[in-house]
Amino acid sequence: MAELVKQPKIGVFICHCGSNIAGVIDIPKLLEYTERLPHVVIATDYRFMCSDPGQGLIREKIREAGLNRVVVAACSPTLHETTFRRVLNSMGVNVYYFDMANIREHCSWVHSGEEDAALEKAKDLVRMAVARAAELEPLEQKESDVKPSVLVVGAGISGIQAALDVADAGYKVYLVEKEPSIGGHMAKLDKTFPTLDCSSCILTPKMSLVGQHPNIELLTCSEVQEVSGYVGNFTVKVERRPRYVIEDKCTACDDCVEVCPVNVPDEFNAGLSWRKAIYIPFAQAVPNAYVIDTEHCLGMTPIACGKCKEKCEPEAIDYEMESEILELEVGAIIVATGFELFDGRRVLEYGYGLYPDVTTNLEMERMLSAAGPTEGKIVRPSTLEKPKRIAYVQCVGSRSERYNPYCSRVCCMAALKQARQIREKYPDIEVTIFYIDLRAFGKGYEEFYESSARDYGVSFVRGRVSEIRHSFESDKLVVRAEDTLLAQPIEMEADMVVLSCGLEVFSDAEKLTRALGIQRSGDGFLLEAHPKLRPVDTNTDGIFICGAAQGPKDIPDSVAQAKGAAASALTMLSAGKVILQPYAAVVDEDLCAGCGCCEASCPYSAVNVVDNRAQVTEEACKGCGTCAAACPNNAISPQHFTIEQILAQLEALFQEAK
Amino acid sequence: MGKSFEPKIVAFACRWCSYAGADMAGTSRMQYPPNARIIRVNCSGRVDPIFVLRALKLKADGVLIAGCHPGDCHYLTGNYQTARRVALLKEYLKAMNLEPERLRLAYVSAAEGAKFAETMKSFVNEIKTLGPNPLSNGGQD
Repeated sequence: MAELVKQPKIGVFICHCGSNIAGVIDIPKLLEYTERLPHVVIATDYRFMCSDPGQGLIREKIREAGLNRVVVAACSPTLHETTFRRVLNSMGVNVYYFDMANIREHCSWVHSGEEDAALEKAKDLVRMAVARAAELEPLEQKESDVKPSVLVVGAGISGIQAALDVADAGYKVYLVEKEPSIGGHMAKLDKTFPTLDCSSCILTPKMSLVGQHPNIELLTCSEVQEVSGYVGNFTVKVERRPRYVIEDKCTACDDCVEVCPVNVPDEFNAGLSWRKAIYIPFAQAVPNAYVIDTEHCLGMTPIACGKCKEKCEPEAIDYEMESEILELEVGAIIVATGFELFDGRRVLEYGYGLYPDVTTNLEMERMLSAAGPTEGKIVRPSTLEKPKRIAYVQCVGSRSERYNPYCSRVCCMAALKQARQIREKYPDIEVTIFYIDLRAFGKGYEEFYESSARDYGVSFVRGRVSEIRHSFESDKLVVRAEDTLLAQPIEMEADMVVLSCGLEVFSDAEKLTRALGIQRSGDGFLLEAHPKLRPVDTNTDGIFICGAAQGPKDIPDSVAQAKGAAASALTMLSAGKVILQPYAAVVDEDLCAGCGCCEASCPYSAVNVVDNRAQVTEEACKGCGTCAAACPNNAISPQHFTIEQILAQLEALFQEAK
Repeated sequence: MGKSFEPKIVAFACRWCSYAGADMAGTSRMQYPPNARIIRVNCSGRVDPIFVLRALKLKADGVLIAGCHPGDCHYLTGNYQTARRVALLKEYLKAMNLEPERLRLAYVSAAEGAKFAETMKSFVNEIKTLGPNPLSNGGQD
């Protein structure tokens, strides 16, 4: 029997992928060619190899021809390697006796005008895969336990929802938030489109649930520093910065705030009001405790100031508090780090930061809020009087070659919603929205737009605003644009302008993605494993993404995605086991000279020279193969990517040329 | 030989970034010259200098190694080691009377389908101007 397995009997299955492959590559010719390759005992084709009948065909041929290795020439292994490995497994063939020739993504789709060249390339790719298949070795998959806990990074609406879902299922959640309170951007919103729910009313109950949930350990003022381990078994280092206020002792009496002599623009109110250097971020903050902003605090020594500590009766203020590093053990990680608002100052011609009456959508949101800096009144920042006309400028920073090419997806609806709120409160304020396209794509959105225009008299001008300037004669802002429907330039005077600033990825994305080993797409947002079929997975097993960190998103979509990410993490946790790929490096002790090149090259310190021989710590090795490239004797090699396997591919590629 | 020279290129691509970048070029239907054949490795750091030399000896006209951007390596530092090896290999190629430009290192992320296609175009053009691998003219095997 062993003899039989050693003799490769390879079956090659060529997929048409409908017309995706067959429309470019001449399948009969490729098939005829493949049949003649060494070790190939059967070659056949089918319209969709990944479909049920396609998989059935592979099973049938394995049985009929006694295949012991399988090559599928189809799409990228990233997409369907797992699918086909399962077929082998069901037939009792070791799943590592499998290889794919990527004749779709790397061939038919990128050489569609060159049928002959594409056919030649496909032949090469199949020949290389067959040569590799002949060199493959059976490997044993390892199972590993999954730690029954999840780290959720970011506690806006997405992170909150994901944390609650995981915690409700009975698993431990560490919820890490860099700000002193959870809530994220949603906490700053007054009402949400298209239902005009009060944002706080739907968010704050969830926030307080998080604060009280027995399965959730909330870590505010905290950031992820380092991640090690692998799927099911991550170790995460989190830095918790000091609040300088002992949460348990603080009674939220506000005495400290009264004596604090420092005034700082309040971030929560988009800088429209002031807060002290010791403060609670907002009334419904969770945890509801003060925090000292050390950047602005006068110095926390009794000589410099120390007024808050002096005044605090429960002795809740502790200047000696220090940063601590917490080490968390988790099975899965959900990244929900959200977005940052595009900085309107970057568009110089709009004068934001120069003219006080040019504001942003977030500032308007705070103004509209009854709990905001103006208690819900709309005022011109320069005069504090009620404006007569407000102009909205859409797509600030979005859909622009100069800034971000993508659509930020929420600004159209947010502007419509605010415009409607303004008109509802003050029917005498005119609101005009300058837009490129109005995108009202969600459930109930188009209806909301229709009614805003019809029932609330919001007016619209189609055209990107080119400039905003201040007129000294009228003391108003002049908005200049091309009305593309009338095909003429227009100028409109307004008392106030609201910039619909778009969404950008969260500020320290680079640091976090590097710590996690996950990737970002061209727009800067986090990259999903597959845009359609694996929207909350990343390329790193066990790490999931959701919310606006993955791309601009409104609240319903963020919540839906958060629930998806939570469900994906829970699937792993409740299964309790994960399969690890057995790609760890192995050492040929006869060849090893103990030189230590491998030890020096290993990024994980997984190889050590002991008694003049390299030794691999299998749990620490990730199978990257850097050691193998460094070894002068070819004595160490990652499994499934051995020197023989790769050289076989190379040799096969040039066989034809000989 | 009268026909225009179509170089044969071997590309090693790490599965996390560059192989996925090549997939992205595919899903975006970006067209590029069909001269290269990709060999998938876990990390660009897996590319043993032997692979490069063997490819050139087998008369590859060019060898591309594509990996994650500096700092983005899925295996922390594999791509830095590749960068060092490529620098040394280029010196070695010079000593062998081969143009060092026949070996190229490129950083292509999983999202950079366009960059992958561009890299292919520019590398194929560069190799076309260099002409065929000198080993394929007077070589003995």
